[in-house]
Order: sequence, then C-alpha cells, then structure tokens
Amino acid sequence: MGDIVMNRTNSSRYEMRVQEAYQAHKESGAPTYILGIETSCDETSASVVRDGREVLSNVIASQADIHKRFGGVVPEVASRRHVENITLTIEEALAEAGKTLSDIQAIAVTYGPGLVGALLVGVAAAKAVSLARGIPLIGVHHIAGHIYANRLVEEMDFPLIALVVSGGHTELVWMKGHGQFEILGETRDDAAGEAYDKVARALNLPYPGGPHIDRLAHEGEPNVPLPRSWLEPGSYDFSFSGLKSAVLNTLHNAAQRGESIEPANLAASFQDSVTEVLVEKTLRAVREYGAKQVLLAGGVAANRGLRDRLQERCKAEGVPLVIPPFSLCTDNAAMIAAAGYIKYEKGQFAKLDLNGVPGLSLTEQ
Amino acid sequence: MRLLSIDTSNLVLSVAVVEEERVLAEMTTNQQKNHSIRLMDCVSELLDTTGTLPEQLSGLGVANGPGSYTGVRIGVASAKSMAWSLNIPVIGISSLQVVAMNALGFPGMIVPLFDARRGQVYTGCYRTDGMESVRACENEKIILLEEWLPHLRDQAQGEAILFLGEDVRIHKEAIVQALGEQAKFASPAANHPRAAHIGYLAMKKLQDGTNAHELVPEYLQLAEAEAKWLAQKQEGLVKE
Repeated sequence: MGDIVMNRTNSSRYEMRVQEAYQAHKESGAPTYILGIETSCDETSASVVRDGREVLSNVIASQADIHKRFGGVVPEVASRRHVENITLTIEEALAEAGKTLSDIQAIAVTYGPGLVGALLVGVAAAKAVSLARGIPLIGVHHIAGHIYANRLVEEMDFPLIALVVSGGHTELVWMKGHGQFEILGETRDDAAGEAYDKVARALNLPYPGGPHIDRLAHEGEPNVPLPRSWLEPGSYDFSFSGLKSAVLNTLHNAAQRGESIEPANLAASFQDSVTEVLVEKTLRAVREYGAKQVLLAGGVAANRGLRDRLQERCKAEGVPLVIPPFSLCTDNAAMIAAAGYIKYEKGQFAKLDLNGVPGLSLTEQ
Repeated sequence: MRLLSIDTSNLVLSVAVVEEERVLAEMTTNQQKNHSIRLMDCVSELLDTTGTLPEQLSGLGVANGPGSYTGVRIGVASAKSMAWSLNIPVIGISSLQVVAMNALGFPGMIVPLFDARRGQVYTGCYRTDGMESVRACENEKIILLEEWLPHLRDQAQGEAILFLGEDVRIHKEAIVQALGEQAKFASPAANHPRAAHIGYLAMKKLQDGTNAHELVPEYLQLAEAEAKWLAQKQEGLVKE
C-alpha cells in the first residue's frame, strides 16, 4: 500500500477527489477527524477521533451475548451481525460525536488480521463511504490499533516496548517511531487469552473465561506448582499450550486420586505463571533495548493480575507504563482511528482494491 | 434519475448505471471470487465512464441474495453503506429474480437456481409479466434438487420449464433425467445476472426504497451453528 501517485494520467475521479480533499485540508491547518471502523471479530464498532488523540465517540455493538450460546465466536454468525449493524453503528458514532460525514477527513478501517468474513464487512463499508464522499481510505492493522489505543491516553515516548495480549495475540513489539513496528517475540502456539479461555472451560467457568479466571485468582493462593515457559535463553517468544496442558493434567490427576483442587488456587497459580512470563520478558526487553516507555495493549490488558504485576515491576525498574482504560483495551474503532491518523499524516492511503487479510503481518502492512 | 446497481452474490460480478429509460453502462465479469478486491474499482470506473458523481445518484439497487454468503455480504454492505453516505434509498432485489429477468417473454416457467451444496439448490419459480418484468409464482427457497424437480413437473402441467443460472450445468444431467424434453436451457449469456436488470427493477421500487439500515441479506437459511443451537433448544437441550 503505497502513497497515491499524484497527477497520474489515468487517475480516477475518485483518486483526484481524495487528493484534492487531502491537500485542501492539510493547507487549512484545521483539526483532523477520522472515522474508524472495526469488524475483525465479534464487535461492530465505529468511532470519531480528533487528531489521533481525542475520542469523540466510540460505539461498540457487541455480539458477546449471541456467541456465548455457542461457547465461542462463530465466524458466519459474526459476519451476519456486522452487515446488520454496520451503518447504524457508524451513524451512531457520528451522532454521538456531534459530527456529520462532511466533517470527516478520512475513513480508517481494520483490514487484518481477523476473521475474513467479518473483516470484509468493515472493509466494504469503509470503501463505499470513501468512494461516496471522495475522502481518503486508510487500512489499519488490528494490532497497530491496539497499540495506538494508548495514544488516546498518553503521548507515546519512543523508543518503546508494547506488550500486546488478547484472545488471538501475544506479542512483544518494539517501536522506534510512529508507525514503525518490529516484533521481538510472539506466541508459538496459543495466545494468552486463548489459554485463559481453555483453562476456564476446564474449570467449568462461563465463556469468555478470562475475566472469570482473573476474579477467581484474586480469591485464591498460587500454591499449585505449574511450569513457567521461558523457552530458550534470550528468546522473547511465548508458549502457553504446555501450561494449559499442565493445568488440565493437574485437574485430571487429582480427579483420578479422588482429590479436589480448590479452583481459586488453581486459577491463581495459572494466572501467576502467565503474568510472570509476560511481565519478566517485557522487562528484559526494556533493559536490553533501552525503552523509554511500556505500553500494555489488547483485551487481556483488562486483566487485573497482569496490570498489577506489570505496574509493580515497571515502577521498580523506573520505566513509565501506560495502560488504556478497559473500554479501549477490547476491540474498538477508536484505536483504529488513532492508528489511522498516523497514516493520514503521512498520506499513506489505501486504494479501492483494499481487501480483508486474515493473516496480515504487522511489519509488512 | 440515475441509479447504481450491483450484484456480487455469486461468481459473476455485475455493476450498472441506469436511468429511467436507458442503461448507461454495465460491466459484467464471470471470473474468480475476488469481488471484495474488484467491486469498488468497477463502480468507480463505471461512474467515471458515465460522467456520474456519486452525489448525482438518486438510489442504489443491489442483489441481496440468495447466493454465496460472503458474496452477498460484500454487495449488501457496500450498497447500504454507499446509500447511507449519500442519503439515498437502496433497494434489495432477489439474486434469483435478477437471473430470471434474462428470460423475459419466455412462455412457460422460469426457474433460476444456484447450487447450495449437498444436493440442494437456492431456487424459485417465475413467470414473465409482459416484456417488462417477471413475477414469482412461489416463494424462493433452499431445497433438495431431487424434491424440487418433481414439484416443478406437477406445477408446470406440461408447460416448458426453463432453467437458468451459472450452476445449471452442474445439475443438467439430473434435470434432464427428471424432466426430459420439458426442461429447457438457455444460451450462456442468459445465465449471468445483469446489474442493468437490478437497476430497472430498483427504479420501479424507488418510492418505497428501503432505509439503508434496514437492508439485510436474504440467505434463505440460518448459519449452521444457529440452526444446530435452535434444534437443541427445541429439544430442551440448551437454555437461552
């Protein structure tokens, strides 16, 4: 996705309008309002963000209650709901922000990674609005969005380390400047959030399990011995499937011996193992790379155990930590608009052939 | 009045710009399923070709299913978002009816069908209404082809039955076996949906055009997980 080449002889009317709108707005020096759209999983979200920093609205039509009955997100069901909700959600976001489409300078949309059928709805909608109004279209990487949720709270201070933890992702990201992402480590098997959901299921907790484990962990003692998956020395990668198996084995063995394990203690021990590895690897990266700031991002950033531990260790290390409020940790469109603003400033616009890319890479976007 | 019309509900991608009495431009391709990549470029090109600015459109028409779930969604999401952005009405037209329009004037039953896997088809039954439109003689449905063919034979009472659609060739043998000479087939071009038909049908319905928010796909069947869940619920196996 390169910049739009100006004055191309075969430029479409659309491309010319987009460039004219962009130039005129740049020259005006007026604030930039970006409409963000996010449909990568089971939340239909739209938002208006001013200058990449200030959230004017962040509407989220959650489907959690629908997917609860299936015990997980069903892609086809999610895609269907997105189509039903998409224009209503966008309209609500504008209304809440007190804006109309004429006030909007660009449309930023998540185009990956995520569920392809779900992504396609947001991408189709964003392209349609962009074409109809002749305003720039910006493709945003979902994880870049999670990271930029932090900029809605506090200005970024480069170089920085971002720990991204969600149901689908566990990544340590190194950033030297805006829009520059380098992945130091990522999960080799399950994402941390996925491990939470699986352990929750084994403990007969409702879906989604993460918040339940977190709550239960605070009622128990971490006295069940569970492994820490550090992998080979120096590695910043993660692995949670071994830990998940250890939890399942512990439950299974106890059941066979006719013993019972206090679920709260098991939850506390599991959470202790996950957060210790996440936090210690983050801090090691901070020291090795000399980060000026640590960002926590993704749905699992709402986890109290992780927040507390990271806060404590960052304080001891003397490095500032930013954690977005819960509403900006889970999937939302404000973070997409925030990340889209960086591309807007650089004039990095997508073309009308933008597609949903389920396995989109953060470094090659 | 100018209308933009779109069909991405199956393998064919078709886009048109029409006025009341004229088709200004139409682009139809029968390539692979890359509607997400190509649709908006085609729309942009057609608008430029006809010298139409988006804000000069008075409405949109879109084939809203049945068909490929993803294909239908791309068309509907694009059309409703564009209509909403421009504050103009959008009209959903059955993807089956669009294909049936290719047989205007045919004296007999017109049966468009799309393959729906596992021996099933999305289908309906139409009759020509003068040379302007077709009307449905029964509700569109998803049905096993082996049940649909004898039903059609009973309904047709000896009349010719014309089968239309890109997927007819997959089922041609079964159709001929069940209906023999009564079954008719069309030349290849009549099997493609044409967005110009959508534009024409949508123009006539523009007055009662849907508010963009209300336009949803007609899949003709539930998502598999939903169907299973409902079945279990009926048996009392799960609770809300």
